[in-house]
Amino acid sequence: MRTDYKIILDNIKKNSTVLDLGCGDGELLSVLIKEKGCSGTGIEINEDAIYKCVENGIAVSHGDIDTELLDYPDKSFDYVILNESLQEVLNPQKVILGALRVGKKVFVGIPNFCQIKGRFQVAIRGTVPVTKDLPHQWFDTPNLRFLSLKDFRKFCEINKIDILKVVGISGNNIAPVLYNLFADIGIFLLEKNNEE
Amino acid sequence: MKKELGIIETKYFTFAEVPNELVLKSGEKLGPITLAYETYGELNKDKSNAILVLHALSGDAHAAGLKKDDKKPGWWDNMIGPGKAFDTNKYFVICSNVIGGCKGSTGPSSINPKTNKSYGLSFPVVTIEDMVNAQKYLIDSLGIEKLLSVVGGSMGGMQVLQWALSYTDNVKSAIAIATSVRHTAQQIAFHEVGREAIMTDPDWQGGDYYGKTAPARGLSVARMIGHITYMSEESMEEKFGRKLKDKERLGYDFSSDFEIEGYLKYRGDSFVQRFDANSWLYISKALDYFNLKEKTKLSNVFKDVKSSFLVISFTSDWLYPRYQSKDIVKALKINGKDVTDIEIKSSYGHDAFLVEAESQSKIISHYLDRIYKA
Repeated sequence: MRTDYKIILDNIKKNSTVLDLGCGDGELLSVLIKEKGCSGTGIEINEDAIYKCVENGIAVSHGDIDTELLDYPDKSFDYVILNESLQEVLNPQKVILGALRVGKKVFVGIPNFCQIKGRFQVAIRGTVPVTKDLPHQWFDTPNLRFLSLKDFRKFCEINKIDILKVVGISGNNIAPVLYNLFADIGIFLLEKNNEE
Repeated sequence: MKKELGIIETKYFTFAEVPNELVLKSGEKLGPITLAYETYGELNKDKSNAILVLHALSGDAHAAGLKKDDKKPGWWDNMIGPGKAFDTNKYFVICSNVIGGCKGSTGPSSINPKTNKSYGLSFPVVTIEDMVNAQKYLIDSLGIEKLLSVVGGSMGGMQVLQWALSYTDNVKSAIAIATSVRHTAQQIAFHEVGREAIMTDPDWQGGDYYGKTAPARGLSVARMIGHITYMSEESMEEKFGRKLKDKERLGYDFSSDFEIEGYLKYRGDSFVQRFDANSWLYISKALDYFNLKEKTKLSNVFKDVKSSFLVISFTSDWLYPRYQSKDIVKALKINGKDVTDIEIKSSYGHDAFLVEAESQSKIISHYLDRIYKA
């Protein structure tokens, strides 16, 4: 199983309701349904991925995360998942806040643009990072946003979002320390209390 | 496992005999009523594999297979049959005609038993709700308590929505294709032009033309307008472009120059052979009257539905555009219902639901798998 899926699986409560934003072919949802008895649905923009979701027995809505998210009532899911999709949305702040409105807790998985290999490429080679987890050249990347795990932490601070947990992934393993330097991917578990 | 459907026969179910007539939405009564229907595949022991297929404005009960002497199979033959999306080796598929129609069910061209003459315009105005209420009698008569699925495109999709709302306990899943919760001004406008064409045809005679000359020119024009709205600019351009019909250069007169002109005329003329002008008036009216938002907002309307939903739309369908499908999806999501939706890429316009068998099959067969297992 993919390490990011494993981390989400390990940190999700049994029988939860889940909304997966940018669910792809529904693989993660399938895992959560099978392993944790979750129920859930996904949002996906790619038509071909929709066929695969349905083949995987997943209920899915075809559309943009930004607009589809508006259709759900407040706190209608135990968890909302934004795994490897945040960097591709037009308005990430709106989407994260929307996800925190719809879900009681939110998983966000983001690629770390400031992982050490990337930093090396920037500093020594003078090119923007192209690595295993960031395989795209600047001219054909689906990514609209380039951020580090530290940047994301700062974003949460500004938006008064509580970070319940962070796990960094390096290769196929969990990065034990200094994840902003060593992790290729970071998985955050977030919560936002509206009583202010 | 069967490989073919075999020879199909249309069946007829009659009910609502006097004095137990069906009370229509308008308050008027209709009875006795006959519904034409066809079935494909076998109903299983616990009657849990029945799928009801509902047709569009000009459709009929003959959805699949060949009847005796048929040259062309039913209108959704690419979707219904052994190994197809609606796999008749697995499911029992029923296709029901509608009241108001002219394909074997009670409609304006039927004989009114009270007068022994065709109803004509004395036939009461029927709604989508009335059509569905009539179909419920048919499903009851087959001993089916819960339909595995109700499916249809365009007007068929409206019936699907109405089924899920009117008979919440009897519909396990609803597949609504290229449809809407109500007709917009534009959709009504196209229908009105068609109705005007029929009613201004001198042969229409206030609807009393049975046994005389039918208002063929009017109905043909209505069908031509319909066809334009069912296609897309792209599909028309691809099929016809500016190609000339049977001539080398423009005629500089008002005979047909372009292939598209000949095509529309041909479609209009052949339609007149198989459809009744008054039925067109009645059924188009039923579509225009359909409005699920009549009393309250949509999210309230779908609050109590119990079915799972699959909502399908097509990129080039400008008659029932994507946002109208999304309205249904939104109302279901707000209520936490199980819903899947897809916009299928197609250049065929509204007709796509009849043509795009491959992509629809991929979605529908797997969706039904899940529903059947659940």
